[in-house]
Parts: sequence; C-alpha cells; structure tokens
Amino acid sequence: MLKLWSMQQQQAASTPGGAKKRVTAAQLRVQKDLSELALGPTMKTEFPNPDDILNFILTIEPDEGLYNGGRFTFDFAINQNFPHEPPKVRCREKIYHPNINLEGNVCLNILREDWKPVLNLHAVIVGLQFLFLEPNASDPLNKIAAEDLKNSRETFKRNVRSSMMGNSVKGETFDRVMK
Amino acid sequence: MADTAMPDSSPPLGAADPRTRWRYLDNILTRKGPFVDEDAILGEPIIDRLSTMKVLFSGAGGLGCEILKNLALSGFKDIHVIDMDTIDVSNLNRQFLFRHVDVGRSKAAVAAEFVQKRVKGVTITPYCGKIQDKDDEYYMQFGLVVCGLDSIEARRWINATLVGMVDGENMDSMKPLIDGGTEGFKGQARVVLPTMTSCIECQLDMHAPRPAVPLCTLATIPRQPQHCIEWAHIIAWEEERKDDTLDTDDPEHITWLYQKALSRATEYGIHGVTYAMTQGVVKNIIPAIASTNAIVAAACCNEAFKLATSTNPCLGFPEQNNYMMYSGDSGVYTYTFEHMKKEDCPVCGDLPKTLHLYPNSTLQELLDSFAERPEAQLKKPTIRTQSTSLYYQSPASLEEKTRPNLVKKLSELVGDGEELAVTDPAFQVTFRFKVAFKK
Ligand SMILES: [Zn+2]
Repeated sequence: MLKLWSMQQQQAASTPGGAKKRVTAAQLRVQKDLSELALGPTMKTEFPNPDDILNFILTIEPDEGLYNGGRFTFDFAINQNFPHEPPKVRCREKIYHPNINLEGNVCLNILREDWKPVLNLHAVIVGLQFLFLEPNASDPLNKIAAEDLKNSRETFKRNVRSSMMGNSVKGETFDRVMK
Repeated sequence: MADTAMPDSSPPLGAADPRTRWRYLDNILTRKGPFVDEDAILGEPIIDRLSTMKVLFSGAGGLGCEILKNLALSGFKDIHVIDMDTIDVSNLNRQFLFRHVDVGRSKAAVAAEFVQKRVKGVTITPYCGKIQDKDDEYYMQFGLVVCGLDSIEARRWINATLVGMVDGENMDSMKPLIDGGTEGFKGQARVVLPTMTSCIECQLDMHAPRPAVPLCTLATIPRQPQHCIEWAHIIAWEEERKDDTLDTDDPEHITWLYQKALSRATEYGIHGVTYAMTQGVVKNIIPAIASTNAIVAAACCNEAFKLATSTNPCLGFPEQNNYMMYSGDSGVYTYTFEHMKKEDCPVCGDLPKTLHLYPNSTLQELLDSFAERPEAQLKKPTIRTQSTSLYYQSPASLEEKTRPNLVKKLSELVGDGEELAVTDPAFQVTFRFKVAFKK
C-alpha cells in the first residue's frame, strides 16, 4: 500500500506551499461557464466591474414572439456556493409578464426547484430567453398577466405591446422597454 | 474503534502505568492483526506517531463535539480546533462539551478546555475565527485535517486549499482530508487524498440541493404553512421592505415575516404558521439528530486513526472506496463506495504548477507562451487571478474591458505567489499556475 507519511516526518516541511491568493472554486466554475457561453445576436452580457465575474447584467432583445423589439435586462448575482446554489436572477425593468412579477422575480424552474450543479449559466440564459418566446400561463408569478393570457392571447398581446411602450395596463404603469 | 477506546472509568489515581487508559488502543497498536498494513511498524513508533501528529479539526458544533472527543480518545495528542462561532443556549441539548455558563463564549475555546481537562495528556489549541483566516503555511504543519463543517462553502474552501498545497516533490504537502457531515437523519464520512482521489469539488453533486418550492406556487397557490413563510421571505419582503437588508438574526425582521406569513395563511385557510417555524424556514434549519452526529463522528475518527496508524485498511486510497453514506430515516442503511475523480474537476483536474515569469514581460507575451507549452497548447487562453480578470476571450464585453491588460507588465497585474487560473475552449480542465517572478 501507498505510504502516506515517511516515519521521520514530524516537523512539517517549512517550504511555503501553494499560492497565497487562490482563485475560488466558484470563480473557476463561472470562468468555465462563461467560456462555453455561445450567445446569439439577441443576447449580450455586461460586466460593470470586469474583475468581478460573479456579478453581471444580461440583456435580451427578442427578435420574435410577443416581446419582439423590446430590450430586457437581468441582474445576475452568483455567490461562492455556485454551482451548489443557482445564480440569483432579477429583471431590472418593471414588465408585464406572467412569469416575472413587478419586483423582477422570475419563475423559472431551473433557477429554483430544478437547479442542479451540472446545469450551467448557458442553461439559465436560454431558459430566460424562452420565457419571452413562450410566456407560460400555468406557472404564474404575475397572476393578472397569467389570467389575461389564459383568457385571450390577442388581448394579452395588445397589453404586452402597450406595457412595453411604457403605458399602464390594468392599473399598473410599466417601464418603457422598446429599443 | 472510537468505542473500544472509551475508558470504562477514569484510571485510578496514581496508576502505575500511564497507558492504563489506552490499553484497548494498545491492543490494536501493538498486535499484528490480519488487516495490519505490512509496512506498519507496530508498538512504540506507531504510538509515538499517533501522539505527535498534529491534527487540525474545524467545526466545533454538534458533529464537532463528538469528533473532538473521539479524536482525543483515539490517542491523538496534538489537536488544533478552529471554529468562528460562539455558544448559543440552543446548542446545549446536543453540543455536550458546553454548559450554560459557557453561553456567549467561543466554541473552539470551550471545547478545547473541556476535552483537555477530561483527557489527560492531550493538548488542544483553539482558534476562534474562520478557516479562511489561515494561510498555507499554517495548514502545512498538520498531518491530517478533519472537518465537521456545516457549510458547503467552507468545505469547498478547505478542499481547494489542500489541493492547491500539494507539491509533487514533497509527499508531506499532501494532507488527507476527512470530511463528516450530517443533515437530520442522513450523513456522510469521506476521505480525500488531495490530487490523488476524488475531491469535495468532484463530489459537489452529492450534496442534495436545498429542496425548493416553485416561486409561482408561493405566489399564487400556497398549500402549506412553509409556503406562506417562504412567500413572506422572498416576495413580501422585497415588495414592502426593499431597502432593508434582511437579517435572519434580527427578531424584529423574523417577527415581521412571521406576521406576514400568518395573515397570508389565514387568507388561504392554512394552519400551523408559528414563530419558530418561520425562524426554521428562513434560516433553513434542519433539526440536528444527536445519534447521526455520533455515528458520523465515529466513522470519521476511525478513518483518522487508521490513516495515522496503518493498522487497518481505510477509506480514501486510489481505486478504493472513499465515501460512506449513512441514512437513518427508514431503518439504518449505510453504503460505501468509490466516488470517482472527475477529470475536468475545476479544483483537482489540474495541479497548480509553478510558472517562472519575468516581471517585466507583458500579459500578451505570457498568453503567447501558453500557445507553445509542450504539454497543452493553449491557443485561446482566458486568464484570471482571484482578484483580477486578466484577459477573457469571451464574452465580447469582457474581452473588450480586459484587452487593455494585454500590454501591461505582469508585475502590475499579479503578485509573486499568486495563482493564475487559465481556461481554454479546447480543454475541459482549468489549468492553474503559481506565479514565481524571476529575480
Ligand atoms: Zn476534484
């Protein structure tokens, strides 16, 4: 069997071992995720502090679907527990969407109950993009918008367009998000 | 073994033989049994090694009290203990090294005092603080590291530190890590030989993520009292108190959440929201089970004893079992297996190599040299230190912001001894280097 210690070893060797400042496991993983990120023309990332890759802003500009022509931004906040814990994601604009509430919380399964460490940032970003293509009335976070979508896709579409212009819908005023 | 090591009573005063207390251990340490490693030198040398080997133990909580007691009773005589917490009255039911008068004092200090008093001849050195306060030189002095930590972040940190310390030239730089963890009726004990076997980072998916309820359920159709509390925690707080940072130790904050949750529960006809439940849900408290702690601690200390003495095969050697999981929630079940090392593990996939650099050369020159490295040609390297994004090939915005670094001198960007993490789309693994400036 492999011997772990020489019997003589007692005074630990005083050679200074590794690096003083080590890149953290979360940083290593995010760096890997970022390098594998292949975003199409409708999405881009922005790093307010380029040295901090754990906090960034994602911009999505859907080029089809109900939210076509809008510009939506999300704050990504990743902590040192990543990828054990999912990134925290919040929409920066107040928008009319069944799966995003007025405070910007997002109901996306892989951001919460279905998160697994094997998932990466790419999966999260694709999931967010999908919310704009296929808003989902069965997982409502904004109940009013979900009801609206359930009742009539046409009315919902009109309300989405109106909210995106910065108008008020059903008593709430929304942020203007048109490009 | 920890059990057999327990003395049936304190040795009689003035006992002639100071090893009376250890006679059960001595049976193992002096007799050549069928499982004893052929290289083990039984008797004096092994007893001597056990008593002089420095063991570091971190996490003096529920599991920690058990581990510290067991280590001392297994014959280790030079134990260091790290814990940043102070004793709370709610710890006293299971953290048996603490008494009511100790409330408010450092866990590490009180645990050290208590065990030192009860087990004569053992020296326990406490440190009240975070494991992150200590550097490689500190960790280098130990023969073994045992962890009973309650946070995954702390485990990952100590794991990355021990992996990073390994120097292929010096066998003593490899510190076996024994990690115990419990959650309710479940627990695990595992042994990591840094860089040789699967590490904590390789095993990250073994930690079940905290079960979560879909946000939309919380927002629209709560069914359980916990849903109402989570709603108050995640949604109501954000809506109404956005500017306050939630402090889960602030009774006013918990009371506010409790009242919000209670009125929502009433609205939906749900019963059972209490203050204690609010605290439990918000702080994610999983009730600690004393017997789980005792079982996992015994397993960890058995491994420590076997590693230190070679008197029995232990967990953790390459191509052998390294992970024992225990489950006590429906019957008692244990399963021991080999968790395989991940080739692309960001922590142990590549060993940090020393990189000798001229402080006056530029980052661009360093990147160019990576493309010519014989073992792995990194054509599109992305590179960072802990504090600085040196150069990112992608995403575009990061490339643009880090591009100005390319012309800078290395001495402006990195410190001597700092670690560089280098990734390249052509490789799954992250390469790590320790900077050593040429004089
Ligand atoms: Zn690993």
